Amino acid sequence: MLSGIVFWVLAVVAVAAGVAVFRVDSMARATYALAASFIAVGLTLLLLDLQYLGIVTVLMMVMEMAVMGIYMIMFMGMNPALMPMSMVHGKRAALTVSIGTFAVLAAGALLVPWPTRRGAPAPDLVRSLGEAVMGSKMLVMMTVSPVLFATIVAALVLALPRGRYDRLGDDLRGNDLDGRARR
Amino acid sequence: MTVVQVPPGWVPVAGLLLLGVATAAASLDGALAARSAGRTLGGGLLTPLAETARLLNQRRRATLAADTPLRRLGIAGLLTAALLMAAVIPFGRWTVADLAVGVVWFNAVDVLLWAAVWLAGWGPNSVHPLVGGYRFLAQALCYELPLMFALTAPAVAAGSLRLGDVVAAQQGLWFVVWMPVAFAVCCAAVLAFSVWGPFAAPLGSGSAGGVLAEAAGVDRWLVQAGRYALLTAGAAFTVTAFLGGGQGPLLPAWLWVLVKTAVLLAAFVVLRRRLPVVRPERLAVPAWLVVLPLTLLQLLVVSVVVVVRA
Repeated sequence: MLSGIVFWVLAVVAVAAGVAVFRVDSMARATYALAASFIAVGLTLLLLDLQYLGIVTVLMMVMEMAVMGIYMIMFMGMNPALMPMSMVHGKRAALTVSIGTFAVLAAGALLVPWPTRRGAPAPDLVRSLGEAVMGSKMLVMMTVSPVLFATIVAALVLALPRGRYDRLGDDLRGNDLDGRARR
Repeated sequence: MTVVQVPPGWVPVAGLLLLGVATAAASLDGALAARSAGRTLGGGLLTPLAETARLLNQRRRATLAADTPLRRLGIAGLLTAALLMAAVIPFGRWTVADLAVGVVWFNAVDVLLWAAVWLAGWGPNSVHPLVGGYRFLAQALCYELPLMFALTAPAVAAGSLRLGDVVAAQQGLWFVVWMPVAFAVCCAAVLAFSVWGPFAAPLGSGSAGGVLAEAAGVDRWLVQAGRYALLTAGAAFTVTAFLGGGQGPLLPAWLWVLVKTAVLLAAFVVLRRRLPVVRPERLAVPAWLVVLPLTLLQLLVVSVVVVVRA
């Protein structure tokens, strides 16, 4: 009963905040509406007794959205990010793709026969998650993380060869932004 | 010693306890301020009351085209985060929420501060608070990863993310003895997420008050009270994770938690006037090139000790 109410409240918040991402007119509101949506999803995981995954989802998503806040100011030229602006563009293509994806996923959920549960959940879910990540899935993790990291760095370098956060040197003895020596 | 979860009726008591200790910290800071201004020490002790009365009588400041909902969220976020942190910290035998992943919970709540401080800076639609908000994020990128790895060390040593187990694992030997680097990083990170002492640049005079530049009345009170509450919750967490929590001779466990937290908190408050403010821009290189590798090395040592002992 109580978990049913909690689930529905969180589900409505997640979807409503997700809709808000595209309806609001400011970058900051869109960013943190997305964060609110992810927090609701993370808290939903707690209902499945996945405490670690649920709280880590909240942690990672809030952090990501905060970093997105940095990027949006960093890259948006003369800062439309600070002004009211529309959060949608390329509407027709985006609508086609999103409706198509939704239809495929919903059809899958309704038409595919659901598998019955085999086995029981492990007594200590955090431990079994850790063993999966550090054991059989180790190679995947070790491959994916450098690739992701290289992608981020490469994208930054391509997008911002010289930006406002340029340190003009990689140690503290370098010059500051005005070109004067530090000491 | 097992930790029991108290009934929900005790939650307000736990909140008042946190606020009470935070008020004591504010009194100490007021006394130190009075002394450095050449007045008597005692007069400063009432600073939190006087400041509360002054701010609650003051009007909120309204700015043009402010993003009011986000501003309110950000300003209320600091105190809320402190209360959420305190919820998982065992107070002797009792705790408000005996989470199996207490350490991760604390970490997730301190990440909420990234959002809270930035939103408090974004909300007023004013230059200096926005600059302050970005300074906080720059600083957060420096302290968060060392903090995460520093928090991993006690969890690895205890073999559990539950704070009650972390305290129990320190029977006989506190973690601070064999994890001094992780302890130091944790203390520094508590100062940093409370925007305190050397890490107060996001609120500093370098940006005309930064995040606080447009905050008046109850808004300013919430941010300042939130910082003291964060400092208190952070000190209580550090005591739990590294200084043995309620472990100690003679006195009951809850009193040990209180005494240790008070001592650490007093040290934090005193440090404020002893250390210069660090520019967030200059923090990144030492944080990533010196502190982070040292913390990882500390974690390696802890892990090896745990494996060898097992």
